[in-house]
Amino acid sequence: MSGAGPDRPLAHWRHRLAERGVDRQLWLLVPALVFVVALFVYPFCYGLTLSFQPTNGGPFSDYARFFSDAYERGTIWITLRIALPAALLNVLAAVPIAYRMRGRFRGKRLVTTVLVVPITLGTVLTAQGLLNFLGPTGWFNRILLATHLVDEPVRLTHNYWGVFFSLVITGFPFAFLLVLSYLSGIDPTLERAAATLGADWRRRFTQVTLPLLMPGLATTFCLTFVLAFSVFPSAVLVGNPAGETRVISLAAYQAAYERYDYPYASAIAMIMGFVELVIIAVVLAARSRFYTGSTGGKG
Amino acid sequence: MSAFSRLRLDGVSRRFGGQAALTELDLTIEAGEFIALLGPSGCGKSTALNCLAGLLPLTAGSIWQDERRIDTLPPERRGFGMVFQSYALFPHLTVRANIAFGLRMRRLPKEETRRRTAEALRLVRLEEHVDKLPGQLSGGQQQRVAIARAVVFEPSLVLMDEPLSNLDAKLRLEMRTEIRRLHQSLGLTTVYVTHDQEEALSLADRLVVLREGRVQQVGSPRELHTRPANWHVADFMGYRNLWRGRVTRVDDAVVTAESAGQRLLGEAVGDLRTGAEAVLAVRPEDIRVDGAGETRNALSATVEVVEYQGRELAAEARTDTGLLLHLRTERRIAPGDQVKLAVDPRRLLVYPDGPAHRPEDQGATR
Repeated sequence: MSGAGPDRPLAHWRHRLAERGVDRQLWLLVPALVFVVALFVYPFCYGLTLSFQPTNGGPFSDYARFFSDAYERGTIWITLRIALPAALLNVLAAVPIAYRMRGRFRGKRLVTTVLVVPITLGTVLTAQGLLNFLGPTGWFNRILLATHLVDEPVRLTHNYWGVFFSLVITGFPFAFLLVLSYLSGIDPTLERAAATLGADWRRRFTQVTLPLLMPGLATTFCLTFVLAFSVFPSAVLVGNPAGETRVISLAAYQAAYERYDYPYASAIAMIMGFVELVIIAVVLAARSRFYTGSTGGKG
Repeated sequence: MSAFSRLRLDGVSRRFGGQAALTELDLTIEAGEFIALLGPSGCGKSTALNCLAGLLPLTAGSIWQDERRIDTLPPERRGFGMVFQSYALFPHLTVRANIAFGLRMRRLPKEETRRRTAEALRLVRLEEHVDKLPGQLSGGQQQRVAIARAVVFEPSLVLMDEPLSNLDAKLRLEMRTEIRRLHQSLGLTTVYVTHDQEEALSLADRLVVLREGRVQQVGSPRELHTRPANWHVADFMGYRNLWRGRVTRVDDAVVTAESAGQRLLGEAVGDLRTGAEAVLAVRPEDIRVDGAGETRNALSATVEVVEYQGRELAAEARTDTGLLLHLRTERRIAPGDQVKLAVDPRRLLVYPDGPAHRPEDQGATR
């Protein structure tokens, strides 16, 4: 026991720290931290400081330039006009399909695979497909023309709709997979209980499943919105990059690689991030009004 | 939705794939009765309950509420209250909203909903927890919410699926009394599923014992306790001593059978002939330890294991011929002791055994 004397305060501290979750396992976080710092924190801080060092004018003059130019300012609205409906549609379309696909049934894996395949395609392949399918001489228009539903081809590419469809195709699998996992986290016994209490399927969904699913839908919306908001390739490939689909990331790209004005491009990137944060903050604030605790399922 | 005077299950069967979970369950439930479906896990009792609730379609058979066929109705149109093993409380709703759920679904006037919810809250003594969420309640309190939620709309039938199995022993006893009290004060017809024979015996007016999807016996707690229909039921009802043997003599209901070299007298349950294979069943508490001087069914044995159980001891003893006995006694005995044991022949039941006497062939008494 004589040797225990000096060790005791150390052991004591070790216990106190372990109680707060501080122990050697924390070293496992190091690789992730390195990545986050090197690939996110440092570039972000670099861009932020760069945006305050414009080639001419005071620290805020690039921000002022963006907001005073209606053509530039308008890109925020253009991007929101594409990204918000696309994200919303993705989430709303994912709910009934995921709801139907809870539980086990034959062929579930096949259906899931078919629904998720667009993730693997990439934007360029999707754009290629869209041009072939929805373009002026694509199958879709040819069928419409052949059946005399329309007299001239419907313009669905190289405008707003082309980008919108592209975002839905690439964003839906994410939304679907997320909603499906949130749904399977809800204990199916709850709906059975609601049924024995006299709730028909519609009220089982609106009174039990939907309220429990709302926080998950909010998160899903945020993620698909961020994906859609930073839309870039499809805005060029199937959109109208000079006009109605001149999205904010395109404005930043042009500033950086056509005019080589890095501070201005950084300022646009910062504004872009800020707009995203505002939308996410609004959605998460709404989310916190719902029940967000355990939903009893297998999670 | 309305009250009934009789609920009749007619050949209710359910298969899962090729597996029969429930085979031809016939049962008539009178209004106000408390029925327990009892059996080991996998015996089909929960399947039967889910079929009754409408949560599981039948493979064959029908369910009749008086003259109305209800097995084709979805659960929400049967109007039966159900208490789930996991309680299945809505985690996003307060205790009050959980209990009021069934009333809201019936679109009752606000005032009545409020009044009946308050009444149910008082009934299960949860008045001070009305505004809490289920996650903030203890297991016993959650259970009481689940029960209140299932009875508040005065269902014509209450179904309970092992409602006490997630509670600790002390709480289980309390809730058992509570359920019995509720049934007595509300008079609600109840079907209660459990694997705990003690729970079933103490709660139910009538018990249905199931095994491998088939009814083994239907009867009052007393009938099941004193005269199980076959040795499987006996096994389940606490007859821990089950000895295989052979019938050596039959005198009407009294038979003599030999098991592990011991000749024992008992009462025949079922058809037995001399030379037939048999199973002898005795409860541990029916083996007397101060059996010296007893001439019938006297056994001398050596105590092997003793467990302290408060006022009584549970012990295992073995005769010289190798017959293993489970017994309970207030006498202080210790391993190694030589004891004189005796069994009252009226308490020793002799059942037919062998492939020809599969339990389901003996015909369930109704």
